[in-house]
Order: sequence, then structure tokens, then C-alpha cells
Amino acid sequence: MKNKTRNVIIYALLSIWAIIVLFPFYWMILTSIKSYSSYNSEYVPKFIALSPTVENYVTAFTAVPLAKYFFNTIVFTVVTTGMMLVVVVLSAFAFARLDFKGKDLLFSLFLSLMMIPNELVIITNFVTITNLNMRNTFSGLILPSVTSVFYIYLLKENFEQIPENIYKAAKVDGTSDFRYLFRVMIPISKPTIVTITILKVIECWNSYVWPRLITDDQNYFLVSNGIQEIRENGFGRENVPAMMAAVVVISVPLVILFLVFRDKIMEGVARGGTKG
Amino acid sequence: MKKNLTAWLCLLPAILFLGIFMVYPLFDVLVYSFEEGYNFASQSFWGTGIYNYSYVLHDPFFIQALKNTFIIVIITVPLSTGIALLISLELSQIKVLRDFFQTVYFLPYVTNTLAVGLVFMILFKKTAYSDGLISILIQFFGGPSVDFIDGPYAAKMFVMCFYTIWIVMPFKILILTSALASVNEMYYKAAVVDDTPKWRIFYKITLPMISPMVFYLVITGFIGAFKAYSDEVALFGTDLNAAGMNTIVGYVYDMLYGNSGGYPSYASAAALILFAIVFTITTINLMVSRKTVYYQ
Repeated sequence: MKNKTRNVIIYALLSIWAIIVLFPFYWMILTSIKSYSSYNSEYVPKFIALSPTVENYVTAFTAVPLAKYFFNTIVFTVVTTGMMLVVVVLSAFAFARLDFKGKDLLFSLFLSLMMIPNELVIITNFVTITNLNMRNTFSGLILPSVTSVFYIYLLKENFEQIPENIYKAAKVDGTSDFRYLFRVMIPISKPTIVTITILKVIECWNSYVWPRLITDDQNYFLVSNGIQEIRENGFGRENVPAMMAAVVVISVPLVILFLVFRDKIMEGVARGGTKG
Repeated sequence: MKKNLTAWLCLLPAILFLGIFMVYPLFDVLVYSFEEGYNFASQSFWGTGIYNYSYVLHDPFFIQALKNTFIIVIITVPLSTGIALLISLELSQIKVLRDFFQTVYFLPYVTNTLAVGLVFMILFKKTAYSDGLISILIQFFGGPSVDFIDGPYAAKMFVMCFYTIWIVMPFKILILTSALASVNEMYYKAAVVDDTPKWRIFYKITLPMISPMVFYLVITGFIGAFKAYSDEVALFGTDLNAAGMNTIVGYVYDMLYGNSGGYPSYASAAALILFAIVFTITTINLMVSRKTVYYQ
């Protein structure tokens, strides 16, 4: 009996937090399918949409360049993640398998860079990019976000777990270093590489500060800046349902990504995420 | 020799990127912060010294930002860690629906802060058409009508902290549930054999075993909360000074860019002050942890 009451309390508390988490999602979807007039006529908002409409989604894509923001974000995410993977894999490979002078010293230097907060270096980067006339270009957006010391560290640890004997055997067979990297090391470390990729994609999709500093031309806005622009100038300010439609459109890709790769993402964040 | 060359070629891209976008800026930010009267257009300055620091420390906007940031830190770090601990403990005691709850709780991590912030704004904001859902709820229970977005400072701070906690919870719950899952069952079984009361099991077994992870969350929580910025923009718009809700990081960016921008020297000084604060707090945290955290 006592156990039963305890269970009820536990489930009740867990449900309260679940509702707090889910409610904003429910509210954005709900508001996005209400028509402009019905939304504004409800002083006490209704919890269901009596006559759902897709007109807001049409407005979201026609009144503001939402598709353009979307396209920009996809380009930014794909190129940044792709370049990051090349840089990270090559460096992790060098640190894990190749011998060269000053390796330990260089690796400690890399590690010490992990302590540098982004806020400290962003000022100079802003000046650098401005002076190079790379404001409002994709290179300006992408280049400073390409390297991540933490991911190099993560992948190096992973590479080092691959037995050295395989490497030696491959050497005897006359396999080149790069062939070995692509045929053996990358396939074996695939789980880690997938984790890194997903974490970087989430980071790119949500990045706001750097794009805001470096772009003021709408043609180069990412979704975060786009939503901010919509909030301040889009839809004549008060068209809340259309705003919510844009919010839904922006949120959906990552939620789908999460539901598909749930375990990978949660495992990856537990290992290497730092948000909060 | 050839091997050396391959290695350096592999490392070349990383070294180039890190050198240009991390190492050089690190020195440059120090230089900027001591260049007085730096002019962005002509890239000239008239002296060196600590004037930038003194300017920033006497700027009312910076004082406001400092105050806001400290309030956010002091409220959200203990609260979010505490609630996350409570939720994780409850999660570890159930089997049915556990996966479902974990999935739901993680959702805020993968959402765009700016986008969901807009939903929070709608829920809390008072407009010509409606008082906003939350305010109507409060009135339903007999409270006053409050505008949380353009209203009194305390109300704005409440939304701010609420949203911050909402955003940081997924990470904390995830870390704590995996920490709880890794506590060896043997200890609990031994305690049950000894007929130990539940609260005693928690204080003597569970808490010490997960204390390194709790502590990790406190440290990263402090660092993260001191860097608060995007969540504020999501709720109150880009002009945070006008809303009186600016943070230190927001102050840095405002000095750098935008209507009040063009002063990289002030921005650098403010960023270094922030770094000094975070560094000090983290050091204190580490010292406290040595006394209180149980490492196996």
C-alpha cells in the first residue's frame, strides 16, 4: 500500500516536468494552425484549434525568406561539419599513429586550448573576418567554426584503442598510411565519428552568436538569425500564428534527427556535450 | 624524415585554423584591452593603459549586466541541479514509461534556443489582444495581471531563470541518470540486508557515489550560466540594454557590434573581466570539491 502511494507521487512529479517540457511544443503547433483572426479574437486562448488551417505555413514561406534561411543553414551545417571531419580525422590520426618530433608538446598545447572560452577569441575573429572583407559570406561564417580540439581528443583516444599490431601487419603488406586510415581506422571508429558528426550538426543548426556578428544581409541569415529577424520585423510584428509556423518549421528537422538517432545522440552528449 | 612530413601535413589544417582563430586572438584580445581610445575605422589608438577596464567597470550598463548575470547564476545553478537530481532519482526508481520520460526530458537540448524562446515569449507576454496564457492562469487563481516580458524587473527575471532552467535540464538529467545507473547494486543490497532507512541510503551511499558527477554539473553549470546570452535575446530581443536584461556576454557583443558597437577595446576588457570571474569561481569550486567530493 505504502509502495503504491509512493509510485503515484513519483509518476505525478515526473508527469509535471514532462508537461512543462512538452507544453511549449504543443503551444507552438497549436498556435501555428489557428488562423490570424481567430488567434487575435481569443482573449483567453483556446487549447484546441477548432478550424485548423495551413495558411500560416504558406505565409511563413512567402512573406519572409524562410526557405532561404533554411537553405543557408543547411549549406552552413553540411560544409562546416564536412570540413571539421577532415581536419579532426587527420589530426587525430597524426597524434594517434604517426611519430614525429614534438608530438607530446604539441598535443598538450592543443589540450590547453580547450580551456579558452569562445567569448575571449570572438572579438578578434570578428575584426579579422571584417578586415578580410568576409562579412556576409559563407567562408566568413564557416572558417572560424571548423576546428574543435575536443573532438580531436575524443577521436585520438578512439584511434589509439585499435591494436598497433594491425598497423604493423598492414605496413608489412606495404599498405600506405592513408590507405590504412581509410580502410581500417575510420571504419572501426565509425561510432565515434557518427557521434561527433551529430553533435556538430546540432551545434551548427542552433548557432546564433557568430552568424549574428558576421551577417547583416538577409541573404546570408541562418535560421536562428532569421527567427530573430521575423520576431522584430517580419509579418507586421503581431502575426503570432505565422511566427509560430516558422518556429515549428525550424524545430522539426532537429526533433526528427533526435527521434531517429536518440541513443546515439544521448550517448554522445553524455560523453562530450557541454551545454548548461 | 618522410614520416615526420606526413604527420605535419596531417596536422597542418588544424594548426592553421587554431593558430588564426584561437591562439592569435588570445594574445590580440589582451593587446586590445590595453589600447586606449582605439578607433575601429582608422585602426589607431592614442595610448596604452587600464582606461578600458576602468571605463567598463564604471559603465552603468555593465553594472546592470553584472548584476543580472549573477542573479541568473545564483538562482539557476542550484535550482536546476537540485531539480535534475530529484527527477533522476525518481527516474531510477521506475521501469514503466522510463524511456518515454527520458526521451521527452531530452527534447529541449535539440531545439533552437531562439525559436523556442519565441514560444515562451508568447506565453508570458501581454499584448493588446490578450494578457498571455500564464498571466491569465495567475489571474484565474486570484493573482494580479503581470506582464512578464515588458513588466517589472522581478517578473522578467523570473521568466529568464525559468527559461534558462528549462534549457539546461536535459544535459543535467542525462548525466545524473547515467551516474545513478552506474552505482553498484551490491551496496544497495547490503544496505537492505542491514535494514538501513531510505534517507540514510541516499545520504550514505547514493550521494557520495554520484558526487563527482554532481560536482561536474555544478562547475559546468556555473561556467554556462555566466555566459548566458542567447536565451536572453530569445525572450527580450536584441536590445537587451533597453530591456534592462543584458548579461556580461551581451555587453561584450553590444560593444563590438550593433547600434552601440565599434569598440573592440571595451569589449575585450569586458570579456577579460568575465574570464577572470569565471576562472575565480571555478577555482573556488575546485577547492570546495576537494573537501566534499568522494572519489573512488
